[in-house]
Amino acid sequence: MSAIPGFLKGNFRSNESRTCDTTGLPVCNTASLFIQLHAVFAVVFLLVGAVAAILLALTRWPAVHLLPADWFYRVLTLHGVNMLLFWIIFLEVAIVYFASTSLLNSRLFSKGLAWAGFLLMVIGAVLVDYIILIGGADVLFTSYYPLPGHPFFYLGLILFAVGALLAMINFLLTLHIAKRDKTYEGSVPLVVFGATAAVIIAVLTIATGAAILIPTLLWAAGIVDIIDAGIYRVVWWGMGHVSQQINVTAMVSVWYFMFSLTTGAKPLNHAVCRGAFVLYILFINLASAHHLLVDPGVSTAWSIWNTSYAMYLAVLASMIHGFTVPAALEIAMRKKGYRQGVFGWLTNAPWGNPGFSSIFMSLVIFGFIGGITGVTIGTEQINIIVHNTLKLPAHFHGTVVGGTTLAFTGLAYYVVPLIFRREYYMKGLAKIQPYIFVVGILIVILGMQFAGSTGVPRRHWDVSFAGSPIPIPKMESGWLALVGVGGVIAFTGLLIFILLTVATVFFGRSNKGKPMESWGDVKDVSASAGAWTKEDEHKTPGTWALVSILLVSFVVYYFSNWKALADVWWVR
Amino acid sequence: MGNENDHWLKKLMDNPWLLLVLGIVVPTLSYTVWGLVEVMSLPPATLP
Amino acid sequence: MSFLIPEKDWFKAPDKGERNWIAIGIVWCLIMSVMMPYWHVAGKQNSRGESYKVKPEDFSARVQKFVETNSVGKLGNIPIVQPNPGGHAYLMGGGYIWYPILKLKQGQKYTLHISSTDYQHGFSVQPINMNFQILPGYDHVLEITPTSTGEFNIVCNEFCGARHHVMTGKIIVE
Repeated sequence: MSAIPGFLKGNFRSNESRTCDTTGLPVCNTASLFIQLHAVFAVVFLLVGAVAAILLALTRWPAVHLLPADWFYRVLTLHGVNMLLFWIIFLEVAIVYFASTSLLNSRLFSKGLAWAGFLLMVIGAVLVDYIILIGGADVLFTSYYPLPGHPFFYLGLILFAVGALLAMINFLLTLHIAKRDKTYEGSVPLVVFGATAAVIIAVLTIATGAAILIPTLLWAAGIVDIIDAGIYRVVWWGMGHVSQQINVTAMVSVWYFMFSLTTGAKPLNHAVCRGAFVLYILFINLASAHHLLVDPGVSTAWSIWNTSYAMYLAVLASMIHGFTVPAALEIAMRKKGYRQGVFGWLTNAPWGNPGFSSIFMSLVIFGFIGGITGVTIGTEQINIIVHNTLKLPAHFHGTVVGGTTLAFTGLAYYVVPLIFRREYYMKGLAKIQPYIFVVGILIVILGMQFAGSTGVPRRHWDVSFAGSPIPIPKMESGWLALVGVGGVIAFTGLLIFILLTVATVFFGRSNKGKPMESWGDVKDVSASAGAWTKEDEHKTPGTWALVSILLVSFVVYYFSNWKALADVWWVR
Repeated sequence: MGNENDHWLKKLMDNPWLLLVLGIVVPTLSYTVWGLVEVMSLPPATLP
Repeated sequence: MSFLIPEKDWFKAPDKGERNWIAIGIVWCLIMSVMMPYWHVAGKQNSRGESYKVKPEDFSARVQKFVETNSVGKLGNIPIVQPNPGGHAYLMGGGYIWYPILKLKQGQKYTLHISSTDYQHGFSVQPINMNFQILPGYDHVLEITPTSTGEFNIVCNEFCGARHHVMTGKIIVE
């Protein structure tokens, strides 16, 4: 291990570790087992969520209108829970187990704890999906009080959350023993710091989740009734929105990790990057208030303070990552000799490497679509023209799908060869898979965004309103066809990923004992590119061009929404 | 690990346990507790 | 590398490029922070009305009284109710309908009380696209002034049960 800078003697027990044949990093065999188990189950639940997604897209496409009403709401519940919780949190446990062991030269703290956490998560998730599919919880992801769900629905969620909590505790205690056993000297790597931030947010999610799910379980079981709709919403969103900030934080860590792995990018300034993560830890979770901006009960002061993440400090953090991540990439590419014009570093990037292309597109989609729309529609008054319209899912499909899910699938193209030690089938198909998925999800987002702007509601089976007690005209639904078409394309892209990954994990060609086959490296052509000076270490004209476009888009979108708000009836 | 002369911010960044406490206390007080106090202290409607 | 132990002296001030971007970010964050209080003073659309706790049966009784005193007609068997300009109006979500139909005058201010008798609902006025969350147990009070005339439709945009998608209502503005 001495080849890795900063590593001292690892604390592995005998035969408990191996050295990665590609990166030279140590791999704890126990951690490796659980990384594999969690990754496999993540992909299983991704498949469940993806099948649900295509059924929903084909139902909201008015010309197809596939599912009957009861199954639409049932499948919507299934889609939300599997995508927003099961797929993402299973993969996040895999990520944090990897980060705390291989990157800290440490063994995993406890195998027993890892088993307990894993089994609870599986039992909880399977129970929840079973209850949903037998029609026991047609209450959607939010299960808003007093919609009645079967007690086992809440029990399953609680078991899943307790399992995830055990995994987070295992991570934190692994950090502790690595430091205690002096397996490294100095500070933890940036990726581990980011993972720590994600784990802290996960602990908050689970603590708040317990505060609302346990009383709700007791109510559903007919034992006590101590909540009401307003209280439920405050506390539930303290879990529901925060759970998605785990994804943001884990995703940003994956951006840093994957750009380093695929292009050798180094963070410009660790203090700046870590400072941005600290701002996430402290302030990003105030944004649960986004969901209560047009609710009764909470005040203007509470809304403005919390919805703005304490005067937009978490937005500042995202803007910092939005600069430092591409800047690190730009400098790494320029250093390798790609110095032509403003964007030569970008055009010569390894676009055929799915582990790179996914990550870069995740960065762009998260920043330009998920981020800008999220901050704008989370503005106290602008929320009046957005709340519960399709503009909302347009936003979070830009964060959770185009951002997190895309980044995590990109990560998988390295996890499978490095941890499962198997080479992907059909590499040519894998290389275009991210592009298919991105085209589809962008069309979905576009359709939702414009349908939502005309007032089309989210979570709604039929905007023709046939059979209503007060007849009203059918809503303009041309944009909804895009949701259907985009859904088909995105589903195809995701299905290619799932099939290739599952086939490879179980039947792929082993690469044990040798480095993984390259997805396409960046050649070092610096020899013919002239001298590299100290000043070049700070020159990022391409990144400045990108962030300038981002800022202009942000300002235009933000103020055009204020303009749209000004046309609405007066209300206060 | 840490050095006595380190900047307080660096010390904070090297201390996951302190970050954990802050990461739970700050949002819980600012969002959850404050929000619950407001929702639970609403007066009854007069319905004029 | 972001996944390796950083050099010992990693804690240092950002260079000029990063400093400039952070400064730009702070300015933009301040502009956005000011916009919300500014709109409370200068804007005509604000989401923070008063609200009160209310028992669903008390609210339902008040709606019935409102319908009896102010009814001006019917659409099918649903009453059309005209509140006094400047006065209070009541709207109840529940049983997959927004009840009753309201008849308002353009440019007049009304104090609209909305609540639910069963589950949570989304009060969504179309096509002007104005949306508020309605909860059982809460009297959500909105001072509204219609600025346009015509027939406006209310849909429910919060899932409220198996027939959520048929839940509609109407506001007629003259």
